[in-house]
Amino acid sequence: MFLEVENLTSGYGGSTVLTGVNLSLDKGAALAVLGRNGVGKSTLVMTLAGLVRPLSGSIRCDGTELAGKRPDQIARSGVGLVPQGRRLWKTLSVQEHLELSALRRRPSSSSRPRWTLDRVFTAFPRLAERRRHLGAQLSGGEQQMVAIARALLTNPDLVILDEPSDGLAPAVVDRIGEVLRELRVEGVAVLLIEQDLHLAFAVCDDVAVMAKGQVVHSCATADFRRDPETAHRLLGVA
Amino acid sequence: MSAWFDANLVSILNGAAIGCLLFILAIGLSLVFGMMDVLNLAHGAIFLGGAYVGWKVGGAAPTWASFLLALGVAVLLGLVAGGVLSAMTEPLRNRSHLDQALLTLGIALVVAELLSMAFGNDVRGVNAPPGLDGSVSVFGNAYPTYRLMLIGVGAVLAAGMWLLVSRTMIGAVIRGTVADREMISAIGIDNRKVKLAVFAAGSALAAVAGVLGGPIYGARPGLDATVLILALVVVVIGGLGSVRGALVGALIIGQIESLGRALFADAASFVLFGALAIVLVLRPQGLFAGATR
Ligand SMILES: Nc1ncnc2c1ncn2[C@@H]1O[C@H](COP(=O)(O)OP(=O)(O)O)[C@@H](O)[C@H]1O
Ligand SMILES: [Mg+2]
Repeated sequence: MFLEVENLTSGYGGSTVLTGVNLSLDKGAALAVLGRNGVGKSTLVMTLAGLVRPLSGSIRCDGTELAGKRPDQIARSGVGLVPQGRRLWKTLSVQEHLELSALRRRPSSSSRPRWTLDRVFTAFPRLAERRRHLGAQLSGGEQQMVAIARALLTNPDLVILDEPSDGLAPAVVDRIGEVLRELRVEGVAVLLIEQDLHLAFAVCDDVAVMAKGQVVHSCATADFRRDPETAHRLLGVA
Repeated sequence: MSAWFDANLVSILNGAAIGCLLFILAIGLSLVFGMMDVLNLAHGAIFLGGAYVGWKVGGAAPTWASFLLALGVAVLLGLVAGGVLSAMTEPLRNRSHLDQALLTLGIALVVAELLSMAFGNDVRGVNAPPGLDGSVSVFGNAYPTYRLMLIGVGAVLAAGMWLLVSRTMIGAVIRGTVADREMISAIGIDNRKVKLAVFAAGSALAAVAGVLGGPIYGARPGLDATVLILALVVVVIGGLGSVRGALVGALIIGQIESLGRALFADAASFVLFGALAIVLVLRPQGLFAGATR
């Protein structure tokens, strides 16, 4: 297993949000994490990225223990973060976002082509036109492209995306789906937190559903799609 | 207008010189607070340390060599002091501003006491270096050459800082850290190193300001608190973490300190805090908050 999360608990101040999360992911695999609002999906993301301190449990990634490490160490060991709400630096231009993200870029592992600014502009041609614009001047879709490019430019082995489709036009969501599938082909693992089942199903072969700070159901995407009753019970959607 | 200008020219120039000095002092305070959310109340003590370095190393009547040596020593001491402060405030990273303020205030009081034990309670006056100790005629008014030079140094430093922050990768790291430091760490940059670097550079500038301020203020107990309050007002008026804000705030406070005192001698400190109150009411986030450049 490339990523192995065991009995992970974490929270804020006095309150525990994650009450023991278990999940695992193969190299180049993609897992969709679904669940209603407030079940702790973003807390899981922030804990994996080191921005929320784990209380207990382990996060093993490519053989190294990440639980308790600083966020910059986790980023440098190959975890790229696309946070909920995108969180661009609003006083930096698109170009500066990209150059900054490439600053501590890891040497790309194995045979995978490394991410460069040129490669980002090939994947998202729109960003080339918007180079000089500040983060705050971009449309939602463009902001999400920058947020994804920022994570990719660190040359990650695992990309964690927290609701990337939120508020975006279908065409943009499709483009993001294509990019994520291309990443998988290169062996990059994808952990996709989503409300948009369409994107989750298009990218991921496995599904994990969270409730009350735990993973309560996991199965192959194909099985999940065949069982709308379970989906409805867990997510409140058809 | 012209008569008024003539009568107050010296005050206006003094205000500009004080403003430039305040900018050099306040920029470090503003960036450390804006970027790392650390309120460093020991900043004034570093300025005073620099002023004593100017007197001790440079001498009461410095030569150019001793003046420049004093500046060099101040830079080194400032870098070290900033590094130590950065390390000492690190454990309080996630604590309240009050905790940080208490820690750095404690450090400031200890440093001030040590300085007073070492250098006594007299005012240690310092001359400007040779060639700058005279005065030149500005529109018919004799004006100290040194203060004109201070305005020039302030202008050059402000331009340099602006270029650094708005045009370089270092500046992008600084602006990114002000905007969202968690995301800076999420791309692999260690926040602690950024904080250390900015703390050290900002403290070096504060110590340099102390040396440069020597020929104007001298070095004396209590100066640390005076300049700290002025720098805090500058930061509050200009907005946190913004070079432009620190510059504009410093120039405004410089004028209030000088022109305000000349025009409303009785109400000088009221004018200072009145300006502060007006900004706080109209724009609590400061004039340039978040602009960074
Ligand atoms: N920064 C925070 N501080 C305190 N509580 C938080 C914070 N972020 C989220 N929470 C709480 O943690 C719980 C899980 O939130 P979150 O992880 O954002 O859920 P999801 O992403 O699944 O919607 C919620 O009850 C929320 O109120
Ligand atoms: Mg969320």
